[in-house]
Amino acid sequence: MMTDAGQDGGDRIRLLLVDDEEGYVNILSKRLTKRKFEVFVALSGAAGIQALRGRDFDVAVLDLKMEDMDGIEVLRIFKKMVPEMAVIMLTGHGSEQAARDGMAFGAFDYLTKPCELDELVEKIKQACKRRAEH
Amino acid sequence: MDKDLQSGSYYKSLTRNMVLIMILVSFTPLILISGALRFYFSQSYHDKVLDHLTVLIKKHRQNIDTFLYEKLADIRSLAKTGTYQDFTNEDFLRDRLNILQEEYGTSFVDLGVVDDHGIQIAYAGPYHLRNADYSKANWFKESMQTENYISDVFPGLRGIPHFIVAVRKEHGGKNWILRATVDFEAFNSLVESIRIGETGFAFILNKRGEFQTKPRNEVLASRNIYLDFLGKEKLAPDLVVVAERADDSGTESVHVMAPLKHGEWVLAFKQKESDAYMVLYQAGRLAVSIIIIGGLGIVGAAIILSKRMVRYIQDADRQKEMMNEQVIEAGKLASIGELAAGIAHEINNPVAIMVEEAGWIEDLLLEEDLRQTENLDEFKRALTQIRTQGRRCKEITHKLLSFARKTDPTVRKVQLNEMIEDVVGLSEQRARYSNVKMNMHLEPDLPMVKASPSEIQQVLLNLINNALDAIDTKGGNIEITSRINGDFVVVDVADDGPGIAKANLQRIFDPFFTTKPVGKGTGLGLSICYGIVKKMGGEISVNSAVGVGTTFHVHMPVPREPVAPSETKTTGFLSAEHGPPKDRTAEESE
Repeated sequence: MMTDAGQDGGDRIRLLLVDDEEGYVNILSKRLTKRKFEVFVALSGAAGIQALRGRDFDVAVLDLKMEDMDGIEVLRIFKKMVPEMAVIMLTGHGSEQAARDGMAFGAFDYLTKPCELDELVEKIKQACKRRAEH
Repeated sequence: MDKDLQSGSYYKSLTRNMVLIMILVSFTPLILISGALRFYFSQSYHDKVLDHLTVLIKKHRQNIDTFLYEKLADIRSLAKTGTYQDFTNEDFLRDRLNILQEEYGTSFVDLGVVDDHGIQIAYAGPYHLRNADYSKANWFKESMQTENYISDVFPGLRGIPHFIVAVRKEHGGKNWILRATVDFEAFNSLVESIRIGETGFAFILNKRGEFQTKPRNEVLASRNIYLDFLGKEKLAPDLVVVAERADDSGTESVHVMAPLKHGEWVLAFKQKESDAYMVLYQAGRLAVSIIIIGGLGIVGAAIILSKRMVRYIQDADRQKEMMNEQVIEAGKLASIGELAAGIAHEINNPVAIMVEEAGWIEDLLLEEDLRQTENLDEFKRALTQIRTQGRRCKEITHKLLSFARKTDPTVRKVQLNEMIEDVVGLSEQRARYSNVKMNMHLEPDLPMVKASPSEIQQVLLNLINNALDAIDTKGGNIEITSRINGDFVVVDVADDGPGIAKANLQRIFDPFFTTKPVGKGTGLGLSICYGIVKKMGGEISVNSAVGVGTTFHVHMPVPREPVAPSETKTTGFLSAEHGPPKDRTAEESE
C-alpha cells in the first residue's frame, strides 16, 4: 500500500514501515509523509519482504514483535536482499535484548515503542546520512 | 502468633517424648539387669549362708552330743569299777572322783549314790549333800525309769546351774543310782563358742522353753518357734531346720534348729538377717546408689541432649519456614509480574496511537490557517495535555514491564547510591501523601558492593516503607545516609517516628513478629531483609528510642579487589525496574 503523498521530488527519503499494528503505522505514515518522507507501509513481515522485491528504500523501520514472523528473521532477510538499506528497529520496553541482538545482524539502531516522533525522524535522518557517506 | 504458640507446644511435647524415650531405653535394661543380678545373687548368697549355718550347727550338735554321751560313758564305765558296797563307801567314792577329775578335768563336780527311795546315801564333792532327799526331783524319777539318764540343766539344791548324769544299777533286788554332776560352765562353753558376726549366737532349750545354756544379752522375746520344733512327733537325730522369721519386735532373723538328746533339747542358732546377709545388703545398697546416681546422670543427659536437639530442629524449621516464605514471595512477584506485563503490552499500542493521533492534529493545526479560531490556544493546550498524559502512561507501562522481568538472583557489583535514589524515587509518592520529607545524604565516593540488585532493592524498600508506616500520617522526616565504615558500606535509614519499645526491639528481626493489627502485617518484612543481608555477608542492626525515632543500619562488605566505579547502565537500569507495587510492600513490611 503506497501513500500517494510524496510523488514529486526524487531526493525524498524512501521509508518502509513494517508493523502489524495497523492504527499505529497508518498515523505514523501520515505524520512522516507530512515531514517529506516517501512512506510505504507493510502490515506484516511477509508484506515487508514482498515490498522490497519491487521497490528501493533508503530506510526500513521494523517492528520486532509481529504476529507472522520474528522481527530478527525479517531483519536478516532484509539485509540479505538489500544490504545497503538501513534498518531501524522498534521494540517493546523490556525486550531490548532482542534489539541488541539485531544490531549484530547489521541494524542501524533501535528505539523503544512507543517512541517520540521527533526521535524517530532524527534517527532516520542519521541513518540516511550514514548511508550517503558509504 | 498463633502458629508460634502452637509450634511452641509442639516442640515442648517433642522434647518430652525424646526425654521419655531416652530414659525408657536406658532404664529398662539397667533395671532388668540389676534386678536379675540381684535376684540370682541374693538367692545364691542366701543358700550359701544357710548352708554354712547348717553345717556349723550339725558340727556343733555332734560336738555337744559327743560331750554328753562321753560323760555318760565315763560314769557307766566308772559304775563297773566297783560294787554297791564300794560306792557307798565315801572314801572309795572320793577316790573315784579324784580319778575322774584327773582324767577329764573339772567338768565332773561331784559323785553320789542314791537309793531307790531317792535318798543320797553316799556323796563325794564340795557340797554337803549326804542324805539329801531327791525323791521328789524330776531327774530321780526319770532315772529310775531308764538305765542311763542325762538331766536338764537346773539349779537344784545347791542353787548353781548344773546337770546330772545318772546310771541305774541293781543290788539285792533294789535299784540304786550312781550319779555325777557336770559343771555347767564346761558345757556352756561348748555352745557359747558358736558365734557369727555381731548378732549370731547359739543356745540350747529344753521342751519347757528353759535355757540349758547361758544366753547372751539378747532376750529371746518368743520361743514358740523352738517349742513348735520340739513339739513335733518325730525328730530324726540328724535333722536341721532353717527358718527365717520376724520376732515380736519385727526384726527379721535367721533361725537354725537341730534336736539334741533324742529330741528333748534343741540346739538353736539365731542371727539377725541384717547381720547374716550383711554383704548382700551392702551390695544391694551399693547397687541402689549406683542406679540412683547413674539414673540421675541419664535423666540429666537425656534432658540436656533432647533440649539441645530440639533447639537445632527448631532453628532448622524456622530457617525452612523463612525460606518457604521467600519462595512464596518470589512466586507472588512472578505471577503479579506476568499479569502486569500482559496489561502493559496491551495498553502500549493504543496509547501510542492516541499520542500519534494527537501529534497528527498538531501537525495539521500548524498547516491550516485556524488563527481566527478563538479556541486555538485551547486546542493546542489539550493536545499537549494528551501528549503529556500519553507519555505518563508510557512511563507506567515501562515500570510494569520492568517489574515483570524475571528477578535476577545473580550477584553483581552494585552502586548503592544509585539504588537508594531509585528506591526513594519509587517511594516519593507515598511519602508525599504521608506528609513525610525524605532526605538523602550520599557519600559521593561510595565503593561498589557485591549484591543482587533486586534483593538489595527489596531491603531498601522494606526499610523505607517501614519508616513511612512508623511515621504514619502525622508527618516527619526520613534520612537516608550512605557512608563508608572500614571495610563496609553502610546505609542508614532513620525516621523520627514514635520509636520501638525495648521489649519489641529484641524480636524485631524474628519471623512473624509484628506489632501491626491482624491482617495488616505478616511480620516477614524485616526477617526477609535480615536473611537477604546476612546471605550477602552483611549485617543489619537497629537503634531505637521511644519518642525519638528509629534507625536501621545495613552494613555491606566491600569486596577485597578494588572495584572501578561503573558507568554501565546495568545497575541503575536494573534497580529502576524492580519497584514492586505499593500494596505488596505495605502488606509485607514489618
